Amino acid sequence: MPKTLDAVTLALLGAFRLNGYIFVGTLVIAIPLGLAISFGSMSRFGPLRWFTKTFVWAIRGTPLMLQIMIAFFAPPLLFGIVLPRTETAIIAFGINYAAYFSEIYRGGIESIPRGQLEAGQVLGMTRSQIFRKIVLMQVIKRITPPMGNEIITLIKDTCLARVIAIMEINMKAQQFASKGLIWPLFYSGVFFLVFVGVLTVLFNYFERKLNYFR
Amino acid sequence: MAILEVKNISKRFGATVVLRDISFSMEQGQSMAIIGSSGSGKTTLLRCLNFLERPEKGKIIVGGQLLLDAEDPATQKESEIRRKRLHFGLVFQAFHLFPQYTALQNVALAMELLDREQPNYRKNAKEIDAHTREKALALLEQMGLSDKTGLYPHELSGGQQQRVAIARALALRPDVLCFDEPTSALDPELTGEVLKVIRNLAQQRTTMVIVTHEMAFARDVADRVIFMDEGVIVEEGPAHEVIDNPRQERTRQFLSRYSG
Repeated sequence: MPKTLDAVTLALLGAFRLNGYIFVGTLVIAIPLGLAISFGSMSRFGPLRWFTKTFVWAIRGTPLMLQIMIAFFAPPLLFGIVLPRTETAIIAFGINYAAYFSEIYRGGIESIPRGQLEAGQVLGMTRSQIFRKIVLMQVIKRITPPMGNEIITLIKDTCLARVIAIMEINMKAQQFASKGLIWPLFYSGVFFLVFVGVLTVLFNYFERKLNYFR
Repeated sequence: MAILEVKNISKRFGATVVLRDISFSMEQGQSMAIIGSSGSGKTTLLRCLNFLERPEKGKIIVGGQLLLDAEDPATQKESEIRRKRLHFGLVFQAFHLFPQYTALQNVALAMELLDREQPNYRKNAKEIDAHTREKALALLEQMGLSDKTGLYPHELSGGQQQRVAIARALALRPDVLCFDEPTSALDPELTGEVLKVIRNLAQQRTTMVIVTHEMAFARDVADRVIFMDEGVIVEEGPAHEVIDNPRQERTRQFLSRYSG
């Protein structure tokens, strides 16, 4: 077993790539899916609204760790199909985060003053033009800070993937620990610190970019 | 022929009747002031004209064309209402400029969106865009804002914002331009510049309906005045007559609070 700093760093970095993959995959699913869910929860069609709200309640009301296990065990038990592990985790993460994102989106959309919509209507714009040309940019500005929070939480949550034996960084580090080498476990935190540091800089930059209007 | 005919408009919110059987008409190039205390239904009337509220009864006719018959669903198709709104412009009390766009973009946006729906837009996109930009610039110049075209709403004073909003409402050349208390959200020093712009529009014979609490302005600028109280038109007539020599006791009571 490697014991030098270089060797441990390489091993942990290799495992952290999986965390990064789950992170990116989750965002690719959750950012658009969250928008669809938020539209559902704001729908004027009652049954769709209640269905969506129940769905969000179920997702937010149960542990993500349990959801990952269900995503892993349910398809083989119910349908006899086995999905690849990491992609299974991404689907579970994607649905879970979409539920949280949808509430952030809904808050952002509902916070736009009614006068903005009416100004668009009076100028003969369609509903979709009003959303795309007027509402969207203002919503993006308003939800950037809470989205930053969620996205920072996501990279750390990716460790939960180990419950279905995905060899991500936390599991890898613990492997060292179980063989008597304890410091890689502490050291694995540095990878998250650096990753979150970069995210923080990116989000600050993005917020500054959006400061041209109020 | 009348440019605008409003016939028997009635509107209620729940149990509260806001408009009762409102009828009036106006000629092209006329400006009409609507006065009355808060809650008298003035704003709701403007919102009905702009299809932001749907009356339970009544008709709206512009240039002889029936735009809305509250009792005929065929005149209320969502897809057509969008086009019908273009007969009217509305300037809001609180401006409602789009914060992420410059003054120029605020004025040009609706024109650009309509341009893009033209079948030949793709062929002449550059020319059409340039032409639209010219029109928007000209409107801002008319509002005395030539040096502010690149500024965002939060960089403008309230009076400047409202003038941008007027340019934006004029951009689609509405048949009737409506103002909903255009100076009520402004400091007294800033109302003058907005009233001056509206006065100029009146001199150019822009057809306007102006809900206002500025009595002196209504008398000087409007051709006709309507006094509303509790959802009905109490008195209507030439501006000087209604404001200087009201015939109805309720009108007199209302106006006495302003001259006092």
